[in-house]
Amino acid sequence: MLKEIFSKQTKWSVMRNLIFKEIDDLIIDSLGIVAFISFFVGGVVAIQTALNLTNPLIPKYLIGFATRQSVILEFAPTFISVIMAGKMGSFITSSIGTMRVTEQIDALEVMGVNSVNYLVFPKIIALLLYPFVIGISMFLGILGGWMAGVYGGFTSSVEFIDGAQRDFIPFHIAYAFIKTFIFAMLLATIPSFHGYYMKGGALEVGKASTVAFVWTSVCIILFNYILTQLLLGS
Amino acid sequence: MIEIKNIEKSFGESKILKGISTVFETGKTNLIIGQSGSGKTVLLKSLLGIHRPEVGTIEFDGRVYGSLDDEETRELRTEIGMVFQGSALFDSMTVAENVAFPLKMFTKDNKAKIKERVDFVLNRVALNDAHNKLPSEISGGMQKRVAIARAIVNKPKYLFCDEPNSGLDPNTATLIDNLIQEITQEYDITTVINTHDMNSVMEIGDNILFLKNGVKAWQGNKEEIFITDNEAVVDFVYSSNLFRKVREAYLKG
Repeated sequence: MLKEIFSKQTKWSVMRNLIFKEIDDLIIDSLGIVAFISFFVGGVVAIQTALNLTNPLIPKYLIGFATRQSVILEFAPTFISVIMAGKMGSFITSSIGTMRVTEQIDALEVMGVNSVNYLVFPKIIALLLYPFVIGISMFLGILGGWMAGVYGGFTSSVEFIDGAQRDFIPFHIAYAFIKTFIFAMLLATIPSFHGYYMKGGALEVGKASTVAFVWTSVCIILFNYILTQLLLGS
Repeated sequence: MIEIKNIEKSFGESKILKGISTVFETGKTNLIIGQSGSGKTVLLKSLLGIHRPEVGTIEFDGRVYGSLDDEETRELRTEIGMVFQGSALFDSMTVAENVAFPLKMFTKDNKAKIKERVDFVLNRVALNDAHNKLPSEISGGMQKRVAIARAIVNKPKYLFCDEPNSGLDPNTATLIDNLIQEITQEYDITTVINTHDMNSVMEIGDNILFLKNGVKAWQGNKEEIFITDNEAVVDFVYSSNLFRKVREAYLKG
């Protein structure tokens, strides 16, 4: 399948429109839910950290520090990706699976179109913008933490911002975006595979979407472990 | 003209096509009929290149499918129009976009020329006011007509239809049959139709191939099917009282 994605390219004038459509469906349409989840989970991380700082000797700036570290290192790249495996992944599997069931993929093949390239390549290109979504998630997660910390009376704005800037390691951002890029490729290809090669009817489309979500999540978690070990563990 | 020579196709242990040879002529509506499981769909999918027969050859005007290189196969496929049983319209595209799709993919025509051609074929299938509708917004009969428009828009040499009037009311089914026959004669294309519909057989069967258990059991045209004494054909075609009476009336003159 991987070879087919990049061979016999669809005409650029057609592919360009497909890419824009996929950017709209996969990236733009995900921004709302990502923003909502990131903002509130960032807030919860800040509150949970604050509630666990019972010792008065522990400085309050740790709330900002812990929120930043949690959001940038794990929550935004990994857990948002698992959530996107559900949202984007099931969308990809069900849309391609429905095309399989209703013979639309056969129609493409009969016309002489490389259906794998036509259906999967634009999704891969669109998901190159996925790190942009995760960047927004990082920003909103920390913003949510700041608002919950400051307006909830757990810390002051100065302390939170001090913590959020303290001992900052720029490589952590690179690490997060390297993970994000790999997860984006998993999000584009695993659900596409399950949709493209499914057999049966409407019920099987639902089953394929579930299986795709499970496998994409499992792969994200496994790659998260491997990449963390490779990039931060040595 | 499409010439099939002794093709055989199996799935696992089960042999579906057992040495079928026939010729589908240009400018004629060629029908494949037979009971469910007789191999009609496998034969049609073999003609389309979706299945590869293990034995035998399929020639499209002398070009042997399977021995062509990628570019030649791609070119041949652009000469094929297909009407699927469920229409297989792209549901995210409007009617006009569906019809324009093969032109956008395989021609260098500009937007104005594509629009002109799309308008022409939609007019040909009597769908002048459906351009901006989605497939889900039109009836099954209209979807079939859009599928026919999409199949002929790039001026194919070969038109394949898989049960084109299944699920349609008798009026619409006759309309679709007549449309396919008119288009076949008008554009001088080789049309192959896979059907269960005996009305289609009687109306537009220029050449009828009857399959039974994966073998060619009979071949003839719509006149010959009335007078044949082939037991398998008679059992299949005249299983309903109505068609039996029609046949008796025909034989009595």
